[in-house]
Amino acid sequence: MAWNNPGGPGDRNPWRKQEDQGPPDLDELFKKLRERMGKGLGGGSGGGTILLGVFVLILAFWVLSGFYRINEGERGVVLRFGAYQATALPGLRWHVPYPFERVERVNIGRIREAEVGYRSNARTGQKTVVPRESLMLTEDENIIHVEFAVQYRIVDPGAYLFNVLDPEMTLHQVTESAIREVVGKSKMEFILSEGRGVVTAQVQAMVQQLLDGYDTGLQLTRLIMQDAQPPEQVQAAFADAVKAREDKQRLINEAEAYRNEVLPKARGEAARILSDANAYREEVVERAGGEATRFSSVLAEYEKAPEVTRERLYLEALEEVLRRNRKVVIDAEQGNNLFYLPLDQMMGSERVGSSGISRPPSSGNSVTGDEARRVRESSRGREPRR
Amino acid sequence: MNRTLSMTLLVLGGVLLVVSLSVFTVSERERAILFRLGQIVKADYEPGIHFKIPIIHTVQKYDARIQTLDAASVQYQTIELKNVVVDAFVKWRIEDVSDYFVAVGSGDINSRLGQIINDLSRDQFGKRTVQEVVSGDRSEIMRILQERANEVAGDFGVEIVDVRIKRVDLPANVSSSVYGRMEAERTRVAKELRSQGGEEAEKIRAEADKERTIALARAYREAQALRGEGDAIATDIYAQAFGQDAEFYSFYRSLQAYREVLDSGDDLVVIQPDNEFFQYFGRIDGR
Repeated sequence: MAWNNPGGPGDRNPWRKQEDQGPPDLDELFKKLRERMGKGLGGGSGGGTILLGVFVLILAFWVLSGFYRINEGERGVVLRFGAYQATALPGLRWHVPYPFERVERVNIGRIREAEVGYRSNARTGQKTVVPRESLMLTEDENIIHVEFAVQYRIVDPGAYLFNVLDPEMTLHQVTESAIREVVGKSKMEFILSEGRGVVTAQVQAMVQQLLDGYDTGLQLTRLIMQDAQPPEQVQAAFADAVKAREDKQRLINEAEAYRNEVLPKARGEAARILSDANAYREEVVERAGGEATRFSSVLAEYEKAPEVTRERLYLEALEEVLRRNRKVVIDAEQGNNLFYLPLDQMMGSERVGSSGISRPPSSGNSVTGDEARRVRESSRGREPRR
Repeated sequence: MNRTLSMTLLVLGGVLLVVSLSVFTVSERERAILFRLGQIVKADYEPGIHFKIPIIHTVQKYDARIQTLDAASVQYQTIELKNVVVDAFVKWRIEDVSDYFVAVGSGDINSRLGQIINDLSRDQFGKRTVQEVVSGDRSEIMRILQERANEVAGDFGVEIVDVRIKRVDLPANVSSSVYGRMEAERTRVAKELRSQGGEEAEKIRAEADKERTIALARAYREAQALRGEGDAIATDIYAQAFGQDAEFYSFYRSLQAYREVLDSGDDLVVIQPDNEFFQYFGRIDGR
């Protein structure tokens, strides 16, 4: 590492050099003058006037050489014999010419930039990472990669020129140091996520404080965290952890989707069960009411003429039942043991034709149709009995 | 007349020469010492123009600005015997130029300052853990270093403006194991997150299933209650209606049952003609 040159006796300070050379210059001038004077003496009587003219001309040039221009955004620092005299604002100015005063220009308008952790090539725009600057330890002893861009300008030209040797380098060193200090006090997760702004603000404040402490005349206008990420070696693992976070959310979302699907369905099903039950309740009650009314009506009529009605009801019922079904009428009071009926055959053959024995005379299709409908209706009416 | 002019110019030249040899300037960036035959006469010059006697007096100037000692990386051992690579820089300036001339002269101040800082740092780092060095005590260390270095640097006529630690890193071989640890940690986090996701998802599903089951069971309970209520009311209605004439109900209901039971058309009814339906089947008087 380079040790900086101290201000030793061998120091080549331009200012000092000029100071030393100043007087000999004048001497030379006078020597020349004297030479010319000698020539003039030999030349003629007009020599004195010419000499005076030359002298005045030189004086005029000397005075004019004190004019200088300060551009917009610049300041001129006027030094008299090396001591600070004044700060010149933009415009055409004049200073007492050399060797009395001189002016140093400083551009205070321009925003300058420094890069920590990387260097960008102004021509190609490519970025080169400087691991030596960008990798650092965090509080939890992880290693993190950060890149900062510093924008600054000169606010105090006098301080900028006189107080610190190489203020730009100082700024760079101070920024690097401040970044490492702040990052060293922060946890990695914090820097990578919500802490970016906090870290940046802390670094900026610290850098400014240090620069002011050295009285560099520099002011940070902006500090930008260009990049903050885990080092290359572990980026895959970090990316996977981020993915895992997404996966977690995805799993939860899927489960919630399942819930959102299942619960409304279940509610619907429950509602259906209740509706069915309500329907059943109403149905049973209504049917009971209906049947009770029917029975009551029949009963009322029955009571008027019980015997006849009873007979009629009985015959109607049997008539209907027997009409619909096949039947065998057996008059076998005595000797029924001997009697044999091929019941299975009768059941089977019936599908093909009708048995000869006993279909009662029916009045054809119309009756059958009507009958069927009535049977169906009545059977439905009786269904709910359990 | 010409002679007078030349004489004047000659004198003027002589005066200028003497003046130029007997003035010197001190810039804002400098400190100057005036020697009389090697002995320091004056060292507290303000910037500007000053006078001396030519030949007898000599002037020596030094840079008065804040200068930087950017020390080489040094490895220090912390209290837990871990090595850390430390980069620091020191901001210093000449405070007392005559002391500086005596102690340093034209020598190299940087190596001496470097040694001082190095020594102090070794001491400070040796008392602390890596954790403290990196985060907790960093500013404390810098403050102590600056104070201590300042005490020593006073002998050189130097003021230590600041000591700043830049890098505190682990050596390269340790760094790779740090990377390994970070990777393992991330893997742990990733696994944890995934299984947390699974856990929560399962909880949500189970909760949903539970709610469904409960909802259905509740519905079933209410449904059964409703059905029972319906049955009860119906039973009551039947009982009231049919209770008016139980015998007739029995008869009436039986007839309904016959119709019901024998309604398929496929049944075979085997009857003896001596029942009431057939009472006129055999005999005209029904007996």
